[in-house]
Amino acid sequence: MSRKIRHNAMGIKLDRRNFLKGTALGLTASALPTKQADAGFLDAFFQEHFREMSKEEIEEVLTRLEKEYTEKYKKNVSVQATPHMPGVVFGYGLDLSRCIGCRRCVYACVGENNQSRDPQIHWISVLRFKKGEKWSDLEQSDKYYNPAVVPEPGYFYMPVQCQQCKNPPCVRACPTQATWKDPDGIVVVDYNWCIGCRYCMAACPYGARRFNWGAPKVPNEEFNPNTHYLGNRPRYKGVVEKCTFCVQRSRAGKYPACVEICPVGARKFGNLLDPNSEIRYSIENKRVFRLKEELNTHPKFYYFFAT
Amino acid sequence: MSVFRNVANIAKQLVIGDKYYYMWLGFLGFFIFLGLVAYVQQLYEGLIVTAMRDQVSWGLYISNFTFLVGVAAAAVVLVVPAYLYNFKAIKEIAILGEMLAVTAVTLCILFIMVDLGQPTRVWHILPFIGAMNFPSSLLAWDVVVLNGYLIINLTIFLYILYRLAMGKEYSMQVIGPLIILSIPWAVGIHTVTAFLYNGLAARPFWNASILAPRFLASAFCSGPAIMLILFQIIRKVSRIDVKDEAIFKIAELIAYAMCINIFLLGAELFKEFYSGTTHMAHVQYLYFGLHGSTSLVPWMWWATILNVAALLLFLNPRTRENFLTLNAGCIFILIGVYIEKGMGLIVPGFVPGALGEIYDYSPTNTEILVTIGIWAFGALFYTLLLKFAIPIYTGELRFRNKEAPPVRERFEERLTAEEELPPKEVYVD
Amino acid sequence: MLKICKRIVTLIVLLTVLILSFHDVGITSEQSTDTVYPEAAKPRELDIPKYFVPPPPFTEGIFPCSECHAEMDVDTERRELGMHEEQQALKHAGPQQWCLDCHNPSDRDKLRLISGQLISFEESYLLCGQCHGTIFRDWKAGVHGKRTGEWNGKKLYRLCVHCHNPHQPAFKPLKPKQPPMRPADIR
Repeated sequence: MSRKIRHNAMGIKLDRRNFLKGTALGLTASALPTKQADAGFLDAFFQEHFREMSKEEIEEVLTRLEKEYTEKYKKNVSVQATPHMPGVVFGYGLDLSRCIGCRRCVYACVGENNQSRDPQIHWISVLRFKKGEKWSDLEQSDKYYNPAVVPEPGYFYMPVQCQQCKNPPCVRACPTQATWKDPDGIVVVDYNWCIGCRYCMAACPYGARRFNWGAPKVPNEEFNPNTHYLGNRPRYKGVVEKCTFCVQRSRAGKYPACVEICPVGARKFGNLLDPNSEIRYSIENKRVFRLKEELNTHPKFYYFFAT
Repeated sequence: MSVFRNVANIAKQLVIGDKYYYMWLGFLGFFIFLGLVAYVQQLYEGLIVTAMRDQVSWGLYISNFTFLVGVAAAAVVLVVPAYLYNFKAIKEIAILGEMLAVTAVTLCILFIMVDLGQPTRVWHILPFIGAMNFPSSLLAWDVVVLNGYLIINLTIFLYILYRLAMGKEYSMQVIGPLIILSIPWAVGIHTVTAFLYNGLAARPFWNASILAPRFLASAFCSGPAIMLILFQIIRKVSRIDVKDEAIFKIAELIAYAMCINIFLLGAELFKEFYSGTTHMAHVQYLYFGLHGSTSLVPWMWWATILNVAALLLFLNPRTRENFLTLNAGCIFILIGVYIEKGMGLIVPGFVPGALGEIYDYSPTNTEILVTIGIWAFGALFYTLLLKFAIPIYTGELRFRNKEAPPVRERFEERLTAEEELPPKEVYVD
Repeated sequence: MLKICKRIVTLIVLLTVLILSFHDVGITSEQSTDTVYPEAAKPRELDIPKYFVPPPPFTEGIFPCSECHAEMDVDTERRELGMHEEQQALKHAGPQQWCLDCHNPSDRDKLRLISGQLISFEESYLLCGQCHGTIFRDWKAGVHGKRTGEWNGKKLYRLCVHCHNPHQPAFKPLKPKQPPMRPADIR
């Protein structure tokens, strides 16, 4: 019925699609004026699944996108497709005893990952809980708190973002394999393959996925030109996006933006397979828990209490 | 040559009608036009013109989709007794049910299409040319079963009509296996659609194994209820006669289905409210409101009242066999199930959200217009199907055939009307 | 009879295959995180003597201390200090602490550990770590406090005093960034 998409090294090609591409290109080429913009549109339309493309095809796509974004944002934009590092599985730790709910992470993430300013998209939600109330009633939490200063007495805060599940329900749900988990554990989305059905959003127990309800807008001067194909490159209207542990940074060895901005150092990040990493130290020495463990999603996002 | 002429005949049949026919087409066309305008605006600006947001990421469109899958599945209610048990009164009209199934599945596909953020990429979901995530994604399953169901029903219906148009009796040997296949398939489309929601552990409201049985039970209420109303209209405006016997038999079926439907709903409500876990929040939101958000509450109570009222009307043979109360019951069921299985199913799945957020979703004008437009398209589609299917069925319309057999006698058998109506000769010779 | 048995067995096999085929389908294999961490039991070797830290956040013009203090006599009496505003609000372990518990009286540009060893202001974490042992341990591991740089390479640590004013160590409240828009307001 269908085939499982393998990594592009396998080089699986289906003649039928190329045939379709050829015919449709031929038909449309005769009907459309052959302007540059149209060619780009058609290339995008017939672009194959990211994991089916050969190295050369990926290069072609990246070059096309770089050109497109450079024109649009008036900046020298680079679009990388850095693959995972061998021997690395990313894990994230968040020290709830430290978080003060200042939302610095939310906006650092917006800036780093070129999230739409209007309509507003935030990948991180910071929830505020009353101390002594139960956590399981999440509807008792408040995402819209706005006091003069934080932390407020009597409250604690819990930021939530994509938990990069080992057993991600969103990946299982996606009807087009437009979202998948790379070997370093990061769940990514191919914004050129997503059809915008939003089944993954229904499947995500952490409310971590965001949809581009309108055309995303990022001011040119605020646009971050260092982008990754599967991460912070510009998104299209009508596709789903989510936290990727800043794939453009983490695969280059850097900490995610939320880790670096956190004024209280509540956010920890590293390689789960490295016994000397900060994240391993936290897991081994602190009392960690993961959100909604009963759902068996095995998040790689660990909440803990350092004190 | 004759193929073209036959196609031309059918086209002519579709175009020609009395003034009520044109008024009806104009009426539907108006709403289709409005829907199209609204959809073009949505395409241009994105789904931001709807009231759906990240918190409630499915709304009116998917609600309608779910309801219509039920309508499509319920076609088997007619197919089973008609073909397999040769229940004559229903066999005469089974084809109308198949046409309804074809229409409903078409509408399902349309409702999915208008819900997509990137409709031009829909080919990504197809096997072979796209990257269908089968068997992992239940949505991929739904694509398979819905399209399969469409093909099966279209084949049965077109085959029967073709044979009749050629003046031949259809062969059960050809469509028998298809009909048998269509029965589990109908159960399948609705089960798969239920599993689509049921399989999501993230949404406790849907993650209840009673969902698929409830879907089937409510489908066997709403689908036949639509048919009962359609049959009465069809026998008024066409020469097809639907016997009271058949209508009452279907009404009886609805009564049983309604009992099961209400029982299953009660079982679910008992579990939620008696155990009183945090998962109760969704049902509480639905029936009583949560933290001051009560937008669905009046709708749900109306749905409950209408469903119970319909059950009472259909249980009592006297009200069941009285056309006034029968029709009232059908309308009650349609409204009741439409609310319960539409917005009453989709929205509380998302409220409170995965992170506990409460967003009171209520559809925008764009969503409502697109929805009405699709329903109007469905009505138009069904009307056009009827327009050429009925004369073929009654023998008024025949394809030109070298060995055209005398068809009038057979039509006479079918026609139970007392007065003699000469069949129209629409083909020229 | 045999036939029926065979059929049942075939059915069971088919069902098992079907069920198994659902398990984890569509998810690429990932390098295993299931392994019981074998290093967990061993004591950690984290005694890196120097940490890469930015310079301490001195108030402007206050360092080197010896510029003023070299000429002054040492007075260990607890009293009001004319020059140092920070002592007015010394909120660190209440009345137990006084300036010379940390600052070295003889060479004012150094801090002094309990052992008498003198350390520079860049190594102040050693001083803090005398009392705050568990926090010092977590800090060395990179779990207490903020790290920037590379998760698998060069990291920039912060001194305790970058976040905690040593004279009033409680973390200062901040103005939060604006809350997200409510879904109904996103248009």
